[in-house]
Amino acid sequence: MFDLVKKLTGIFGVSGNEEEIREVIKSEITGYVDDIYVDPIGNLIAVKKGTGKKIMLAAHMDEIGIMATFIDDDGFIRFSNVGWVSQYYALGQRVKFKNGAVGAVFYEEKLDEMKNLKLSKMYIDIGAKNREDAEKKVRIGDTACFVGDTVQEGDMIISKALDDRSGCAVLIKVLKEMPETENELYFVFTVQEELGLRGAKTSAYRIMPDMAIAVDVTDTGDTPECELMEVKCGGGPAIKIKDRSIMAHPDVKRLLEESARELGIPYQYEVLEKGGSDPGAIHLTGGGVPSGAISIPCRYIHSPVETVNINDLENAAKLLKKCIAAKM
Amino acid sequence: MLDILKELTDINGVSGDEGDVREYIKKQIEGYVDEARVDRIGNLIAYKKGKTSGFTVMLSAHMDEVGFIVTGFSENGNIKFQPVGGIDERILPGKRVLVGKRKIPGIIGSKPVHLLEKEEREKVVKIKDMYIDIGCDSKDCAEDLVKLGDYAVFFSEFTELGNNTVKAKALDDRAGCAVLIEILRQRFDFDLYACFTVQEEVGLRGAEVAAYSIRPDIAVVIEGTTCSDVPGISRQNFSTELGKGAALAIMDRTSYYDKELVDFIYNTAKKNNIDVQFKQTTTGGNDAGKIQTSRTGVRVAAISVPCRYIHSPVSIMNIKDFESCSKLVAATLKELESSVDMFKKAGNGGEKNV
Amino acid sequence: MLGCLDTLKELTQYTAVSGREYEFAAVLKDKFSEICDSVEIDKFYNVIALKKGMGINGPRIMVLAHLDEIGFLVKSIDKNGFIKFTNVGGIDARILLSHEVIIHGKKDITGVIGAKPPHMLEADEKKKAVKIDELYIDTGMDAKELKKYVSIGDAITLKSHPFFLKDNKYSSKSVDNRCGVTVLIETANELKKLKHKPDVYFVATVQEELNLAGARITSFNIEPDIAIVVDACHGDVPGAPKEVVFPLGKGPAIGIGPILNRELTERMLDTAKENNIPHQVDVEPGSTGTDAWATQVSKYGIPTVLVSIPVRYMHTSIETVHANDIKYAGKLISRFIAERV
Repeated sequence: MFDLVKKLTGIFGVSGNEEEIREVIKSEITGYVDDIYVDPIGNLIAVKKGTGKKIMLAAHMDEIGIMATFIDDDGFIRFSNVGWVSQYYALGQRVKFKNGAVGAVFYEEKLDEMKNLKLSKMYIDIGAKNREDAEKKVRIGDTACFVGDTVQEGDMIISKALDDRSGCAVLIKVLKEMPETENELYFVFTVQEELGLRGAKTSAYRIMPDMAIAVDVTDTGDTPECELMEVKCGGGPAIKIKDRSIMAHPDVKRLLEESARELGIPYQYEVLEKGGSDPGAIHLTGGGVPSGAISIPCRYIHSPVETVNINDLENAAKLLKKCIAAKM
Repeated sequence: MLDILKELTDINGVSGDEGDVREYIKKQIEGYVDEARVDRIGNLIAYKKGKTSGFTVMLSAHMDEVGFIVTGFSENGNIKFQPVGGIDERILPGKRVLVGKRKIPGIIGSKPVHLLEKEEREKVVKIKDMYIDIGCDSKDCAEDLVKLGDYAVFFSEFTELGNNTVKAKALDDRAGCAVLIEILRQRFDFDLYACFTVQEEVGLRGAEVAAYSIRPDIAVVIEGTTCSDVPGISRQNFSTELGKGAALAIMDRTSYYDKELVDFIYNTAKKNNIDVQFKQTTTGGNDAGKIQTSRTGVRVAAISVPCRYIHSPVSIMNIKDFESCSKLVAATLKELESSVDMFKKAGNGGEKNV
Repeated sequence: MLGCLDTLKELTQYTAVSGREYEFAAVLKDKFSEICDSVEIDKFYNVIALKKGMGINGPRIMVLAHLDEIGFLVKSIDKNGFIKFTNVGGIDARILLSHEVIIHGKKDITGVIGAKPPHMLEADEKKKAVKIDELYIDTGMDAKELKKYVSIGDAITLKSHPFFLKDNKYSSKSVDNRCGVTVLIETANELKKLKHKPDVYFVATVQEELNLAGARITSFNIEPDIAIVVDACHGDVPGAPKEVVFPLGKGPAIGIGPILNRELTERMLDTAKENNIPHQVDVEPGSTGTDAWATQVSKYGIPTVLVSIPVRYMHTSIETVHANDIKYAGKLISRFIAERV
């Protein structure tokens, strides 16, 4: 699992720019499914044919990042966020453009108080001599991701883009160990989740599944002086009850609970007060799709040091595998 | 084309009340299209059959403009109102408006500066403390002329200023409507739908419905967009610059524009020597957002005319930018004729469901 | 006049926090089957009742009111058995102190909402409004016992204390939007006395307080020609600008605004005038904050009208409504359907 996660997190895939990560996932899963295709806005859809219920499984390929919006005469780059980016997390980080160019993110030093820090007061230094020099490497509209190598310390994996490459890894693992089932399974690696659940919406419309389960990360409440939340890293995959975009459908919640109990794996419940996720778009698609989610507890979401427990990933994969083989 | 723009901006069409704009456009495109229908929400959808079918392009510009709606009357005959669409409160006091179907002239009033306490003077006047004065001295008088729910709109004449610029209200997005009218006088190989949408300013309402019925392969939205190349703003926050050509958006709050399509349009501009610039901020949004995620997804782009002081009665636009925008849309469509394969719907699975 | 208040009282006694509507949906199914031709509950627990019209291939009208109510979810249980909670739907935390609530776990458990007592507050804390994350629920149980019945994510509702006030007014939790559901029932009853061509779908929708989920799903599936949304608007209270609040008992407020179909709205206003039904006009410059936002742009677009019932103290446990407004709304909508479509 670690090797797969490391491979996926290392690939570039800022929202709207999922080409590379899509290719990597595609080559990873080729041969394990009956059909693979890419839809007009870039979702990767892998199908295992069947005669039973249509189940959609979703994990988003995209990661947050930044977009170059202006290059000044001295070659410094101004930028805008792609997805939710904290100015505090971004400060002092490295970003990497698709072509490999690396830059340092820093702020206008006349800023007197840290709480006034805004992304619009920050810039990227790619070591260019001037605008012309910078434009050789970076064009307006180019995106960059944060740099954050993938390491394992004990049971914990620390990396950028665990949101949601860890979900992609779970889907890939399940897909490779495909359980015996009549159900028709759609493994969907979605795009532009961080910009408003866009890929999930269009792919769900194409598939019109009977049920959908997403695998994504969720916040935890197990770090010093953090916001109260009853989800812990290592406590097992979390069954989504609610986030800002959805109340999980009771049928899906029940399926997940019962499957986890039968497997005897630890699980917990997720009540997320901030943030939405792909099932929020899926369950409102067309005439409605009962949807829910398996959430991977993840510390420091949207930072280059996102942290998850590898056992939670393994158990999430077991849980998902069990659910999709259920007779419905 | 400038004449059409003048006439278009002179017509009033606050979101939800686009009838007059629609009628005008209908007349303008009559004889040039194979079909022009009004859908259930009020969009005007013009269809031009291509020589070869199998590829559908949707162009979209919104007919509505920001304005006001009447919410009440005060005992002394003044009219209370709320904004329709996003309007900067600071610009309102002292503006001229036309109220209701009968276009009753009125002015937006608030307490005169002499009567304000010192600390009040430093604060922005809130809409709830403003009113429209149509000259009535009693509630009865006002209620005879104006009904609850009537719209009011900025009064501002289309005027040519210096250095190729014009001033008008509603350039957002009558400029786009004018471009579409012009485009419909030409014919292309593919099926073309030109949508004049309603209610963009209150939440991209018309476009969502239009895209659902058209099911285009690609869509290009023509907009009036923000332009902040004015004193006190640093260059990285200009968004667009007046006179630098048509503006191409990369990403905003509602869309991530299709990269291949944006590149294609940019290259078309360069090839045809049309002035083009990238929009340099990622704020704002437009109809493309709803189109992009319609049904199974649509590749979208937005080509815009930079407008300073957007959503005000005195928007300013450069005529050359307007022409560049129009030329770029036409050139892009021409180029597309030989490149449809590049943009044909990807993904061949699951079509039976859609 | 009181008939509709009895119905309303009955409906307010059930609980249906957004996302947990299945019990109340079953109750409504029974209610509607008495007055409609067929009723079904869809997989999201929307209740869809069809009252057939006399016309063949006539227009199809959907009259919808949301059946869900605001509430809370269990967020955490601390080691002493105090429950921390999060809101479902918009709620004013300031009114919650000292309220009784019911936790819908494996069995219903009553608790009270508490916070740090006033004499323990610092001077500056006293001046500040309490926030929801400073509140907790006390059930008297310790954590071990509580956890037998309650788990994270269980729904919590404000306990209902139905009160009849003077002059045909009624006060309770969830009057928003059980008054709308009552209007649906009133309308169906009125329609029995009238001849109507259109097929009428009475739809009680779920999850309006979250993201209009029920209205999105049902309007997509039913694809009606017209949607009539019935919801609550703000009743008059001292100090509020009179353009945005509506006196109780003066009739339902007919919505008028950019996203509402103006022609049908005019027809609704005409129906009221011709039948001498008291009514008010509610100017809605934006989204309206109701299911109408969803129905209007469903599929090829559904021309939508909005009829609102004035309710005081919205999103509290003492929401107050006047019987006349419900009665008149039923009359208005039924006559609109019979005469104007």
